[in-house]
Amino acid sequence: MPVEEGLYGLLAEFNTPQAMVKATVAAREAGFRRMECYTPYPVEEAATALDVHRTRVPLLTLMGGVCGLTTAFLMQTWMSAISYPINVAGRPLFSWPAFIIPAYEWTILFAGLSAAFSMLALNGLPQPYHPLFNAPNFRVGATDDKFFLCLEATDPKFSLVEARNLLEGFRAVSVVEVDL
Amino acid sequence: MATKPAIDPYRHPVNDPMIDPVTGEFAVIAPGHNFTSVTRKIANVVLTSHTPLGWFMGLVVAGGIASMGVVAITWLVLKGVGIWGVTIPGAWGFAIVNFVWWIGIGHAGTLISAILLLFKQSWRNSINRFAEAMTIFAVVCAGLFPVLHIGRPWLGYWLLPLPNTMNIWPQFRSPLCWDVFAVSTYATISVVFWYMGMIPDFGTLRDKAQLPFAKWFYGLLSLGWRGSTRHWMRFETASLLLAGLSTPLVLSVHTVISFDFAVAALPGWHTTIFPPYFVAGAVYSGFAMVLTLAIPIRKFYHMEDLVTIRHLDNMGKVMLCTGLIVAYGYGMEVFMAWYSASHWEWFMMWNRMFGPMGWGYWLLILFNIALPLGSLWWRRLRTNVAYLFTISIVVNIGMWFERFVIVVTSLYRDFLPSSWGTYRATKWDYMLYIGTMGIFTSLFLLFVRLAPMIPMNEIKMMLPQTKFDHIDAEETMQETM
Repeated sequence: MPVEEGLYGLLAEFNTPQAMVKATVAAREAGFRRMECYTPYPVEEAATALDVHRTRVPLLTLMGGVCGLTTAFLMQTWMSAISYPINVAGRPLFSWPAFIIPAYEWTILFAGLSAAFSMLALNGLPQPYHPLFNAPNFRVGATDDKFFLCLEATDPKFSLVEARNLLEGFRAVSVVEVDL
Repeated sequence: MATKPAIDPYRHPVNDPMIDPVTGEFAVIAPGHNFTSVTRKIANVVLTSHTPLGWFMGLVVAGGIASMGVVAITWLVLKGVGIWGVTIPGAWGFAIVNFVWWIGIGHAGTLISAILLLFKQSWRNSINRFAEAMTIFAVVCAGLFPVLHIGRPWLGYWLLPLPNTMNIWPQFRSPLCWDVFAVSTYATISVVFWYMGMIPDFGTLRDKAQLPFAKWFYGLLSLGWRGSTRHWMRFETASLLLAGLSTPLVLSVHTVISFDFAVAALPGWHTTIFPPYFVAGAVYSGFAMVLTLAIPIRKFYHMEDLVTIRHLDNMGKVMLCTGLIVAYGYGMEVFMAWYSASHWEWFMMWNRMFGPMGWGYWLLILFNIALPLGSLWWRRLRTNVAYLFTISIVVNIGMWFERFVIVVTSLYRDFLPSSWGTYRATKWDYMLYIGTMGIFTSLFLLFVRLAPMIPMNEIKMMLPQTKFDHIDAEETMQETM
């Protein structure tokens, strides 16, 4: 991979979630789109301001569940009735009511694993390195008690002066440039 | 910081900071906390370089007991299940009693983390992490028993649908095979849910750690979590989905375990009340175990302001409710034994109550019904920490006797008097059972030392500073900083 250089974005630090959300709403109204909030706990209002409520996790979970159900049911049918049919006390080879129980369990197993792993995959985790970790104040507060808004340099509207002016108007504790 | 109420709390609600003046309920979290204080309080337990001496002493004792269990397992593998008290007709014995007991204990963890999340019971946030840990360690202990009970544990993989040289497959019409699917799914989903919930907190630990090893270790576990809002939204969605999936799962696991009994044609086992009554009993014993763990831990780590009297009171109420369902189950068993007009059913019930092992039945009624359900109605007793701790141990013992009564008294005298026998556990049975308690406690102590035992991000969500409709939220923030 080529070594990337340049600016990742402008990172503003806030003391309260309320101030951060105000700044986010204003930045969005000003036309910024490539931006992200970083908070120590999930802030619904920030997600509303960024308009990122929709995720594909539920769809992938449903697909996992359907996959688990069919896998378990077809597997049991094939093993009991086709691959090695054994007559156990005269019970039918295709005893579908009994097969429902393992199929039920595997529906939950596959769906649960899909929920967790699709969340990680869509989030791009694990990702040990991120440019934001270069910011001096990010790791001190982002997972503890501070609220961050980052306007990213890849935004077509991004200009250092304009972005800084915007952020400093909202009682930001600090506004720092983050290198790639 | 919260101060201990010096006076009887419910006589002086005005003077007590732990009581909400509007609702009269105990506060879920003591007033005075802010984001930093929550982080510091919970992270310090893990990141401190001064491990309390009591922790080491606990680990030594628990490790000693666990090694006794390892000795019992080793001897069992060398000699075979003949060293246990299991014989015909009492072929299930301690192994299955302990298996059901441990699995049942695990159920409260899932109930707290999943069902109470769906019901928006935010008080659960303080206790869900260690209740989930309890679930996982209880399932570890439970899983040992059936694997050892099959006699040749090294062939345990025959239970799985794997291709093998004999070309045969598991018997999918058998409840014992359903168990394999139910318990393995339960273990997997519990571990995934537990670990996923800890990722943001591992991020906090990574950022607060001072030692290079701790930074590296928690950095690895945090998977690079940085608290981005898009990440949080997917995380919240995945958590809700996992909660929604765990709820039918936890109900199905003990249902499937009750099928091990209910599908058999034995008097005392062949009954339709078993699935709901097993699930209620599981939650009952599980909440008792959460209390048994939570009460010493909150005392030892001074977590009284995060795991408050409100939590203990609520857990007492859940125990009361599930205990009543269990009591209904016992009553129904007796009623159906009479109402069925089946000679064998009625004899089984008479034998269970007044036969040679009748003492087990009456101990169960005393420990599970009379003592807890007679007393948990009183708020004064539910909020008395010492009493609650005692009653939680009483219920744990009672629930063990329940499984003992179901397994043993149904088996040892069945249809034909010529095939009657008895059951007597050997010292190896006791060593392994007590040994699993050591394994459980050791794992739990390691968890408390190495991972955040209370979810920091979920506690922060409950603080008043997070409220957007709070009129002077910013002022509150400034004041508490």
